[in-house]
Amino acid sequence: MFVLDGWYTLVDFMLPFPWVAHTFMKNAFLAIILVMPLFGLLGTMVVNNRMAFFSDSLGHGAFTGIALGTLLGLIEPLAAIILFSIVFAGIITYIKHRSTASSDTIIGVFSSFAIALGLIIMSRSGSFAKYSSYLIGDLLSISQEDIFMILVVFLVIICLWVFIFNRILIVSINPSLAASRGIDTLMSEMLFSAALAIVVSISIQWVGLLIINSMLVLPAAAARNVSNNVRQYHLFSIFIALLSGIAGLIMSYYWNTATGATIVLFASGMFFLTFSLRHRFLS
Amino acid sequence: MGDTYEKSENLCSKLCCTKIENFAVSFGAAKIFDNVNVHIHCGELTAIIGKNGAGKSTLLKAILGEVKHSGDLKYLDEKGVHTGHPCIGYVPQYLNFDVGTPTSVLDLFNSCLTQVPSWLCCSQKLRSRVIEDLKIVKAEHLADRRLGALSGGELQRVLLALALDPIPDLLLLDEPVSGIDQNGLELFYDMVSELRKKNDLSIILISHDFDLVSRYADRVILLDGTVICNGTPEEVFNDEKTRKIFKSIFPVAEKDKGKAGNEECSC
Repeated sequence: MFVLDGWYTLVDFMLPFPWVAHTFMKNAFLAIILVMPLFGLLGTMVVNNRMAFFSDSLGHGAFTGIALGTLLGLIEPLAAIILFSIVFAGIITYIKHRSTASSDTIIGVFSSFAIALGLIIMSRSGSFAKYSSYLIGDLLSISQEDIFMILVVFLVIICLWVFIFNRILIVSINPSLAASRGIDTLMSEMLFSAALAIVVSISIQWVGLLIINSMLVLPAAAARNVSNNVRQYHLFSIFIALLSGIAGLIMSYYWNTATGATIVLFASGMFFLTFSLRHRFLS
Repeated sequence: MGDTYEKSENLCSKLCCTKIENFAVSFGAAKIFDNVNVHIHCGELTAIIGKNGAGKSTLLKAILGEVKHSGDLKYLDEKGVHTGHPCIGYVPQYLNFDVGTPTSVLDLFNSCLTQVPSWLCCSQKLRSRVIEDLKIVKAEHLADRRLGALSGGELQRVLLALALDPIPDLLLLDEPVSGIDQNGLELFYDMVSELRKKNDLSIILISHDFDLVSRYADRVILLDGTVICNGTPEEVFNDEKTRKIFKSIFPVAEKDKGKAGNEECSC
């Protein structure tokens, strides 16, 4: 793990503080630097498209993925989680596209189905307690292998975002306008929900089902209060996500609290701060 | 019918035109419309009228390819050689976007015109292109405005500017039903008429405003499950079938019924 050794040395040199003295804290620190910008990035369109409920249901889908993965006897359930979440997100997006029913209802149906299925599988195998860590999550349990996986996902999502952002922006503004520009609306929405599914499923074990949605929604919602264009929106959203992530990690060390929840606390604080400043920024 | 049909066929071989052939759309068992045949010549403004639920908006969506349909959409150039699918510009009736969306006019243009992600950068070259586009509709001062901060009329002009880059073969206008006052609407149509002459645009307009239609349209199509009536504004508005469908709108026209009754449109 040559690269990580470099990171450890760098952190020891730059930040000689007790909170980052342990290796697991250095790992968590690096993971936050990689994952939080992804939340900030994807969150922009989650908030723009009013998909908060959708991303919430993705968490439920990932939860069922965990149960399924364990049922099938996979040692590494992550592949099952990712696969199940992508399929789950794809089906919701497709049905939403084809049906005139309100998307809230459709998402609600699938979300309930997924969580019920997950709970049934987990309770049947009789060891429900061992899954409870997925409800809260543990950011400090990130291993070195996890970090490399996060790095890969980070690069994939950034590339995808470069490729699809313009399209999903136009689709979100007006689907007919997008069609007149030759954009395949279903395909762009599918790619976006797949990206969301991937990020949610890899981070659910660290962030937890209960607050994963806050990670997606809060930084972008806070950024939206003070942004006039897409560039500012992304910049603020990523910055707020990173800032709350790092602040949350540090303070959770000193307060001895759950890291994910502490991050969300800071992100909520940022939302109220930008909300009170919005008249100064918006033109 | 045969006469006009042949005439337009011949015209197509000399001028460029857009042909909508045998369009039909049904959702499940419900037929929205079928057997819709329309020829639109370059430089012509064709208005589609019809009561609510007649399939006007669905026809527009079918032309855009957003709704599955049978039939063909063909664009033919001056020599009558098939040049494939027309490049379509579309001005929506309203944008169903969140007014709080942090998207500027420039972002909208950037996303439509380039592959460069609008969250990364915006080149100076694109900026001047957008300003040029906006100048056409006298909206160059709006480039950095948020979409939500535009008035209804300003938004309509911005969307028109967007639809005109690149210059489309076919321009689809869904008439704004709200948010624009009468003055703004006339200004908008004057602008459209001028652009049409200058660029030889084919325009399809969906409208409820018969006054504006009779003033600006070259051809009117009455849609109700299929093409009921097709002709010049005078022909269509004076036709019995139009009067039957829009009973309440023609109280004035009732008076000179005798005069108008003998005119027939090509239905």
